[in-house]
Amino acid sequence: MKIRQLSLFLENRPGQLRVPCQVLGEAGIDILTMSLADTQQFGILRLIVKDVERARAALEGAGMVVNGTDVLAADVPDRPGGLAEVLAAFERAGLGIEYMYPFGVRERGRHATLIFRLEDPDGAAELLARQGVKLVSAGELFSRA
Amino acid sequence: MKTQWNDGQSGFHPASAPDFLPRRELAELQRARLRAVVRRAHERVPLFRQRLEAAGIAPEAVKDLPDLARLPFTVKADLRDTYPFGLFASPMEEIVRLHASSGTTGKPIVVAYTEADLQVWTSVMVRTFAACGLSKGDVVQNAYGYGLFTGGLGAHYGAEALGATVIPISGGNTERQLMVLQDFGVTAICCTPSYMVHLIERAKESKIGFGKLKVGLFGAEPWSESMRQHIQAESGIRAHDVYGLSEIIGPGVGIECPRRDGLHLFEDHFYPEIVDPTSGQVLPDGAEGELVLTTLSKEAMPMIRYRTRDITALLPEPCPCGRTLRRIRRIGRRSDDMFIIRGVNVFPSQVETALLQVEGTLPHYQIVLTREKGLDEMEVQVEVTPEVFSDEIRRLQGLQGQLEAAIEHVLGIRVKVTLVAPRTIARSEGKAKRVQDKRNI
Repeated sequence: MKIRQLSLFLENRPGQLRVPCQVLGEAGIDILTMSLADTQQFGILRLIVKDVERARAALEGAGMVVNGTDVLAADVPDRPGGLAEVLAAFERAGLGIEYMYPFGVRERGRHATLIFRLEDPDGAAELLARQGVKLVSAGELFSRA
Repeated sequence: MKTQWNDGQSGFHPASAPDFLPRRELAELQRARLRAVVRRAHERVPLFRQRLEAAGIAPEAVKDLPDLARLPFTVKADLRDTYPFGLFASPMEEIVRLHASSGTTGKPIVVAYTEADLQVWTSVMVRTFAACGLSKGDVVQNAYGYGLFTGGLGAHYGAEALGATVIPISGGNTERQLMVLQDFGVTAICCTPSYMVHLIERAKESKIGFGKLKVGLFGAEPWSESMRQHIQAESGIRAHDVYGLSEIIGPGVGIECPRRDGLHLFEDHFYPEIVDPTSGQVLPDGAEGELVLTTLSKEAMPMIRYRTRDITALLPEPCPCGRTLRRIRRIGRRSDDMFIIRGVNVFPSQVETALLQVEGTLPHYQIVLTREKGLDEMEVQVEVTPEVFSDEIRRLQGLQGQLEAAIEHVLGIRVKVTLVAPRTIARSEGKAKRVQDKRNI
């Protein structure tokens, strides 16, 4: 159920975000979704793309430091309280969330999809499935995009 | 006979014989050469003659090695002030080579060699390579810059005279360096240590190894023991520190034998003293101070008591390798490199040592000094590498904190560490520039 996410180190100054986006664009790679974590000094860009290996090669070729991390995607009911229910499932499973962000494509009125980074994605996937959380495979996620 | 010539590890070469001279014979040779060089400089170099007269010393009064301590020093500014040829002791007809070193401000300094000087230079470089265990059959990639810089040609002629195969690739073009290293069966490389770190980084990116490479001769800038460990671990070679300076001859003033516990100075040609950098007083063996060198056999440009600005100590114990040449401790710092921040003396090598203590950090770093509202700030920019990059903010902030703590531990002052993107710090193909002083003092 894991999905491979790419993370990039960015310095906190103008132009830093454009470069990786341009590199991926030139390689013909579509960014499905992204999130940016930032501090005063630097940021980490997290990306979900279909062709992970090619994206990684292109970014590294452009001199960037790239890290591959496994994350989980879960469907969350698109209604008030939907997220709280899913998070309650995380709590029951005893899972801490390192960070999370929404997947860019949403099926309106049915569900939104969120990306979660947890310490042990494999173990977490099992626990969450048992709690009734609907996890989305990479194949399914990409077919929606 | 003369089995003592062989230290059992480095290659035997007849040119290395003086490395193993009994101390008494060596002193006799030094005495005779000192008398001759002082007479020559007095006769032919006006600046030296004036200074000797001002000090009321007759050249004949310099009879023995301790007498040297009475003579005036020569400093780098003397070379600039007499630019270009003012310190030459030979007419141009006898000078066969000129080199120059880039000055940071304005005019370079110019150095000259007679035919005999070049022979001495080549011989000390042969001894340098031999002490690193190299001999005929080795393939030497000389990545020091060829040209006015003494490193390139100095290493070139030495390696050639040793009988090794020399690849005069010069500095730069990292892709080609790595290709040649692989394809030509290179066994030894000569370059600056910071360039070697760059080669390692690029080789890693291209996922290639170092082929037959076994030895590296690194010099022309101070580097730390931890940087040596890094180079050796990452490339699997033995890293030797080479010492030299253009004003004295170029590379070939001193070299580490395979024990790599201090650098043997080629004392039969370059006589060392250690002095207190402030008072100029000669210090005993073992004490730390500034290295002062006197060229004992140079014709074209004799240097009497030249202040190197390099901080080191003469090691009092004889080296187990059998070389009788005295050793200096590795030079980690130059008094030139030192800067003062908030009243604390700082050498870039101290920062380097601290950074390397934090595991996984490559020594691509830069120190930036600024002054804001009268307060000095020191920032250490460190490039993020794939090894240390984590996609979690708190891990990176943790790394930053560890680096700051390591530097604070060494320097005793708090500095700011900034993580910067890879390859944003300029790579040097020659000497690395570690400090950017943006303070307007």
